[in-house]
Amino acid sequence: MVSSLMSTRHTRLSGLEPLVITPDLLFINVGERTNVTGSAQFKKLIKEERYDEAVEVARQQVANGAQVIDINMDEGLIDSEAAMTRFVNLISSEPDIARVPFMIDSSKWTVIEAGLRCLQGKGIVNSISMKEGEAAFLEQARKVRQYGAAAVVMAFDEQGQADTCERKVEICARAHELLTTKLDFPPEDIIFDPNIFAIATGIEEHNNYAVDFINAARELKRRFPDCHISGGVSNVSFSFRGNNTVREAIHSVFLYHAIRAGMDMGIVNAGALTIMDDIDPPLRERVEDVVLNRRQDATERLLEIADNYKGKRGAAEVETLAWREKDVRERLSHALVHGIDQYVVEDTEEARQMSTRPLDVIEGPLMDGMNVVGDLFGAGKMFLPQVVKSARVMKKAVAYLLPYIEAEKARTGDTGKNNGKIVMATVKGDVHDIGKNIVGVVLRCNNFEVIDLGVMVPAQKILETAIAEKADMIGLSGLITPSLEEMGQVAKEMQRQDFHIPLLIGGATTSRAHTALKIEPHYKAGTVWVKDASRAVGVAQSLVSKELVDDFLAKVRADYADVRERHRNRGPGKQLVPLDKARAQRFRCDWAAYEPPQPKRPGITIFDDYDLATIRRYIDWTPFFQAWELAGHYPAILTDEVVGPQASELFRDAQAMLDKIIAEKWLTARAVIGLWPAANVGDDVEVYTDTTRTQPLARLHSLRQQADKPPERPDLCLADFIAPKEFARPDWIGGFAVTAGLGIEKHLERFLADYDDYSSIILKALADRLAEAFAEHMHERVRREFWGFVPDESLDNDALIAEKYRGIRPAPGYPACPDHTEKSTLFRLLDATNNAGIELTEGFSMYPAAAVSGWYYSHPDSQYFVVGRLGKDQVEDYARRKGWTLAEAERWLASNLDYDPE
Amino acid sequence: MSTLPWLHPDRVALLEQTLQRRILILDGGMGTMLQAHELDEHGFRGERFQHGHDGHAHDGHAHEHPGGCDLKGNNDLLTLTKPEIIRGVHDAYLEAGADLIETNTFNSTRISQADYKLQQLAYELNREGAKLARAACDAMTAKTPDQPRFVIGVLGPTSRTASLSPDVNDPGFRNVTFEELAENYTESANGLIDGGADVIMVETIFDTLNAKAALFALSELFHQRGARLPVMVSGTITDRSGRTLSGQTAEAFYYSVRHARPLSVGFNCALGAEDLRPHVQTLANLAESYVSTHPNAGLPNAFGEYDETPEHMAGVIAGFARDGLLNLVGGCCGTTPAHIRAIAEAVRDCAPRALPGVVQEAA
Repeated sequence: MVSSLMSTRHTRLSGLEPLVITPDLLFINVGERTNVTGSAQFKKLIKEERYDEAVEVARQQVANGAQVIDINMDEGLIDSEAAMTRFVNLISSEPDIARVPFMIDSSKWTVIEAGLRCLQGKGIVNSISMKEGEAAFLEQARKVRQYGAAAVVMAFDEQGQADTCERKVEICARAHELLTTKLDFPPEDIIFDPNIFAIATGIEEHNNYAVDFINAARELKRRFPDCHISGGVSNVSFSFRGNNTVREAIHSVFLYHAIRAGMDMGIVNAGALTIMDDIDPPLRERVEDVVLNRRQDATERLLEIADNYKGKRGAAEVETLAWREKDVRERLSHALVHGIDQYVVEDTEEARQMSTRPLDVIEGPLMDGMNVVGDLFGAGKMFLPQVVKSARVMKKAVAYLLPYIEAEKARTGDTGKNNGKIVMATVKGDVHDIGKNIVGVVLRCNNFEVIDLGVMVPAQKILETAIAEKADMIGLSGLITPSLEEMGQVAKEMQRQDFHIPLLIGGATTSRAHTALKIEPHYKAGTVWVKDASRAVGVAQSLVSKELVDDFLAKVRADYADVRERHRNRGPGKQLVPLDKARAQRFRCDWAAYEPPQPKRPGITIFDDYDLATIRRYIDWTPFFQAWELAGHYPAILTDEVVGPQASELFRDAQAMLDKIIAEKWLTARAVIGLWPAANVGDDVEVYTDTTRTQPLARLHSLRQQADKPPERPDLCLADFIAPKEFARPDWIGGFAVTAGLGIEKHLERFLADYDDYSSIILKALADRLAEAFAEHMHERVRREFWGFVPDESLDNDALIAEKYRGIRPAPGYPACPDHTEKSTLFRLLDATNNAGIELTEGFSMYPAAAVSGWYYSHPDSQYFVVGRLGKDQVEDYARRKGWTLAEAERWLASNLDYDPE
Repeated sequence: MSTLPWLHPDRVALLEQTLQRRILILDGGMGTMLQAHELDEHGFRGERFQHGHDGHAHDGHAHEHPGGCDLKGNNDLLTLTKPEIIRGVHDAYLEAGADLIETNTFNSTRISQADYKLQQLAYELNREGAKLARAACDAMTAKTPDQPRFVIGVLGPTSRTASLSPDVNDPGFRNVTFEELAENYTESANGLIDGGADVIMVETIFDTLNAKAALFALSELFHQRGARLPVMVSGTITDRSGRTLSGQTAEAFYYSVRHARPLSVGFNCALGAEDLRPHVQTLANLAESYVSTHPNAGLPNAFGEYDETPEHMAGVIAGFARDGLLNLVGGCCGTTPAHIRAIAEAVRDCAPRALPGVVQEAA
């Protein structure tokens, strides 16, 4: 809540949201990882202009609890002003980052100004000082006020940086005097940085640096209670770089004492702060000796033991079996938290013998262990792969107990209790279920009974099951856009059949906005969009709790009503242009001067049983981690400070399975490609049997952007990248369909029988990756051999993933060509079902799910784009071209409509 | 900075005295009033712009645009081509009881006028807009000397946003920079000051970064002139999400503009009074400055028109005033002299919100 303001001078900062620094906040964490001078990883990302990954670093800082993020681009080889502007603009567009204030950090004033010019909120300048005299200091401070920022004032004057307590206090006091008397600078906007220097360097003068800082902090806080005291904490342990355990111990001891003295802000790695009590006692004692400069030989004594703490992981290995000594309850808990299934059957048996009823084992030790897992996951201390492994252990234990429970039930009629029952399904026409399976696992971990109906489930079956099972809620999932429409249908059916249980919506293409606009209004008993697996438990628990459910649903309803209201009140400025105008602003090419490349091998080419080892080299691993809700890019994710260990473990497991998949031929990969003469006709492309271009084979329909753009930026349409017919040399178009999922079923069944969701999900995710890799590989071969317009192309996998080649391969159903039904034309041209073993469902989803299909365009200027929203004029025009009614067109293009159909 | 002297110290003293005594009344919407005149293209152009460009320009620029540009809808241009109409609107609001008149300069920045190829008029539009309002206020004050009237020089948001990308494919892209905005605002503010404005108001702030550029420009300008005017700041909560278009909450917005030590801070436009209330309440709880609001006449109906009646709107505003939230109040889109008259009537007997700083000094 807003606090009343005038009684005390609190620092009031803002991003998209306010940050008022009150004493009860104790210490403000300023995230340090978006700093090129402090993070080699971030420096590399900025240098290589990998800004999307750099943005992820910022996101992770905020997710890990940074209340402000420090941004520094000071590096000789970087255009620091440009990088500062670009990066601040990018993160300003990310609401989950921009909600916190930014600290603009540079030793160059021009870089600071560049950052300030991008800040709509009230941020912090880091830093200004009197190193170039009072006049320059005051002029910069005046500018800081004009830009509306607070300032870090470094204890630095014409003589240099202050190292002793006395100099630190003297310089800060002089700066304070100047700012408040000459400029009327608010004292609460002054943050002193009395310089944290490295200790334990072996140089005697450095030994007291931490003590000097702590004492200066105490004196400054006493004299200037409205001001703050900050510093870059990692400097203090600089001499122990390479030994993170010791460095983190030094940081936590230093902070413990500095905060007690008055330090109330610090630039830290928000994800890696150790709790003082968790430090090994002998290490803690020697670290305190060093930080507090308590004995002459403190540095030597710390060095003596420091190496013992290097690479702590080795130490953890030795301890591995110690947990087997504990009592059975703790052993089960340990096995669940660490996902170890090796001993679970014997431990479960031991627990069963000690219990009166077999059910007590589940409701007692097993649920206790799973609650720990749930809490750790909820607190962001465990990640999905671990949770799924925990669930595997749980399932094995439950499977072992089941016969005993049945026997008990038969004798006493007693049944167990659970949190609630959910019927889940991937909707009709859709075969994608990785996300749904993860949600199922997470819910089971939290003691929900999950009835999973699988994929392509018709509405009626879902509803009948829900009635028969007396379910407490229904969960629908889907990946492709037609599934969105189907979910709306299920909601309508539930209303018609007078259901009263809540409906949960999830899946990659679903969204809060879509749920609010297109699903929730059709069903009165409550519809909730669930963003990802980590939110599923909270939502489900709120829905089954008698105390929470009404409030929760009322909130959701109000929220969705708000979304609808906002949708209705969408302001001007996003107006589409009429189709005619968009067409007039099409992509142009001097076709008369253009030489369309002629394929080396026209027509259809089929590939049976393609070598998986070859395909493997083309895998883009980043989406594999995304499927497990681990954020970050491969390979950096393996060494990420937060998810690194989990990502590495998952990656090892995936590699091991991939070895087996290839060696034991679990999966079969097949593909078909085709290249045909083609010509642009308006927004369509006509495909011919041969180069005389007299016999049309098919007509491909594309959609055009209708965004209001400046004249130099065309409203794109895929058909524009194909030459019109009147030019002598024919242009060509290609098509492809590949799969790497043939034969997957029997392995999934095997995992199912073994209660092994973890392996099952890895296998599906790997099959998806192989299919994408296969598409990448085939595209490369097409460019080099079959179409052959770049016979000597040689790009490494990173360059391929970054799409650094000529031409594109857009897939029907994706942003450049959102109409899924075009897949049927593609499949007919390729005879993909016979030639590659891939089937199309009625919703135009491909089976096996691990399949990719699309078109090849060769034009050097062809590019991926997002068609975006469509005006009614275009939808009508498109319906005419497709031979559809307007209503049919509106159904298939539902997610792209810029208007609400009748 | 704030230690600079006032440019018109006696005007500021008079304004401060009046603000401490009662809730002051701002004027209402300009657009609705102008629509009633049903001006066509010819009407907007007047004589000087009969060819769609500036007939007074002697620098040859006009020849670059043979045939000129459609000028209908460029309401600010009417200051030059139909000054009697603008003066009529000002007079109607003064008659209705307005204490402060906003200049007809919402779009009189170089960036916004460039849409009509009239960017070179930015300074002139502001100066003449301020002169027109000045003349109207002075004439009214002469009639009723016990009720002084003030001219608010308006700086609008421009048609661009400095912290949002217009390109969905590139969130880092911007079509205007802080420096461009600051230059624009410097030029416009110079016109307003030279035309005789008493106060400058940065209003209808969709994007706080645009406003910060305006506040930066004003601060520099005052610094150069060696004297300052009071500055009013008024943001816009764009919808019921309770945030500005650029994503800030009301509280975050206030912290972002507070450094300018504005005379008042408030919200206007986009919402009707009812929906604005919680956000005005937030400001009333926090702000060291006076609090203003000039809401729309409700939310637009299905035809995009505002149809909240004067009585209804005044009733809601009276609630704000009774609860001590207000120092200045008026109307934005869809409001008319009838709304302003009803609002003035409704808040007449309510005490203005007390400044928290005053309380503290007394303590």
